[in-house]
Amino acid sequence: MRDAPARPHGFPGRLLVFEGLDGSGKSTQAALLGKWLQSRGHRVFFTEWNSSQLVSSTIRRGKKKGLLTPTTFSLLHAVDFADRFDRQILPPLRAGYLVVCDRYAFTAFARDAARGCDPAWVRTIYSFAPRPDRVFYFRVPVAMTLKRKLASRLKISYYEAGMDLGLSDDLPESYARFQSRLQREYDRLAVADRFTVVDATRTVEAIQAELRENLRPMLENFPTVARLMHDG
Amino acid sequence: MMGRTYGTRLPGMPTEPLPGKLVVIEGADGSGRTTEVALLKTHLEVEGHAVVDTGLRRSDLVSAEIDRAKQGHTLGATTLALLYAVDFADQLENKIIPALSAGSTVLADRYIYTLMARAIARGASREWARELYGFALRPDLVVFLEARPEILLHRSISKYGSLDYWESGMDLSLSRDLFESFFLYQDRLSREFDWMAGEYGFRRVDANRTIEQVHADVQRLVAPLYGHERPGARSASRPRRRRLTPPSPRAASE
Repeated sequence: MRDAPARPHGFPGRLLVFEGLDGSGKSTQAALLGKWLQSRGHRVFFTEWNSSQLVSSTIRRGKKKGLLTPTTFSLLHAVDFADRFDRQILPPLRAGYLVVCDRYAFTAFARDAARGCDPAWVRTIYSFAPRPDRVFYFRVPVAMTLKRKLASRLKISYYEAGMDLGLSDDLPESYARFQSRLQREYDRLAVADRFTVVDATRTVEAIQAELRENLRPMLENFPTVARLMHDG
Repeated sequence: MMGRTYGTRLPGMPTEPLPGKLVVIEGADGSGRTTEVALLKTHLEVEGHAVVDTGLRRSDLVSAEIDRAKQGHTLGATTLALLYAVDFADQLENKIIPALSAGSTVLADRYIYTLMARAIARGASREWARELYGFALRPDLVVFLEARPEILLHRSISKYGSLDYWESGMDLSLSRDLFESFFLYQDRLSREFDWMAGEYGFRRVDANRTIEQVHADVQRLVAPLYGHERPGARSASRPRRRRLTPPSPRAASE
């Protein structure tokens, strides 16, 4: 149970996961990959971290008022993921879709460990989540994500910067330190959970080409919609 | 209390023993649990102890979500179990631990065991449930009020005028018939409570009897926790209570 998600899903679909720090470019790449998969005639389903409606308002409210501890923070995200898993990930996976997940349970493993939660406990909580068929880990230097973040003029949020951990009173400084912690956790997971590490410092085109090349063998025997209709 | 948990420790939790006591009353709806909690609270306060009572689903953080989820009946078993765990963790960190640190007795009207039994009855594994709640503090005493299903049924009907949807486990689709579902569900729960009674060292109390009889038993179980600490105790007639170590079997084994 403690080495979850080790269990393969065994469903006709495929589970493709994109992980990495904020600003590593993984969402852009996931969207591009989706376009390509659809153009090849596959049925594709997208899902993002934190996209279920159930507790998002509680998470927002809790964050705003500083009501959350590392434990309730961790459990609330687990609630959200469990709901998302039941509603958004499992049905298309069973129906034979290529399910593209912008973040998966590994995001929780990295964040919760960085906040001091017991990693074995967190893994147990998420043991309902099966092992993906592929985990692409977008690795970039923390300094680069910070530069992208500042350039995009998006506000760095309190929790994103790990300000709740008291690493530094300065927001960008705290952000850099917290993201470095996350990266250390991701690097550990990359080995333990056999991530496909993507050097995300390169051009969008170069990275996209690598992803497509990587998936070609898996897709060779994976049915397209046309083939499904024909066989059915 | 020793401040030990069943498994993992929460980040930021105090590491030294906590001066308060944690007393848990468990039992199905209709076992007389809430009545006993009220009586015990008064009893302990008369004895001079500060008591903070707590129950399930009373924290502000997610109680609205739980209510909404129950109305919609649409949540998966894992999601619902985790939602209850958030609520419990919130109470543990913001209410139970602070009260124990301040030296109060925390009297819990149900604890993780009910949450675990419900989750397991809905398909979670025992192992998952046990590990999920591994962060819970080990109580000083868990009193388990045991009553026969017929008694629970009778008390439930006379209290609500009917059977409660959730206490009958209707969301499990065990039976379309409310009456039959009630028995099937209570049977599942009692199987889990039986397992936990051994696993977690519950003290069983026969709750098929009168309120007074049950309360007398519970008082007897609670008394050793305080030993010498009773401001109202007449020391001449109770020389045993001068001992520095509370003579509870739990304290002795730890």
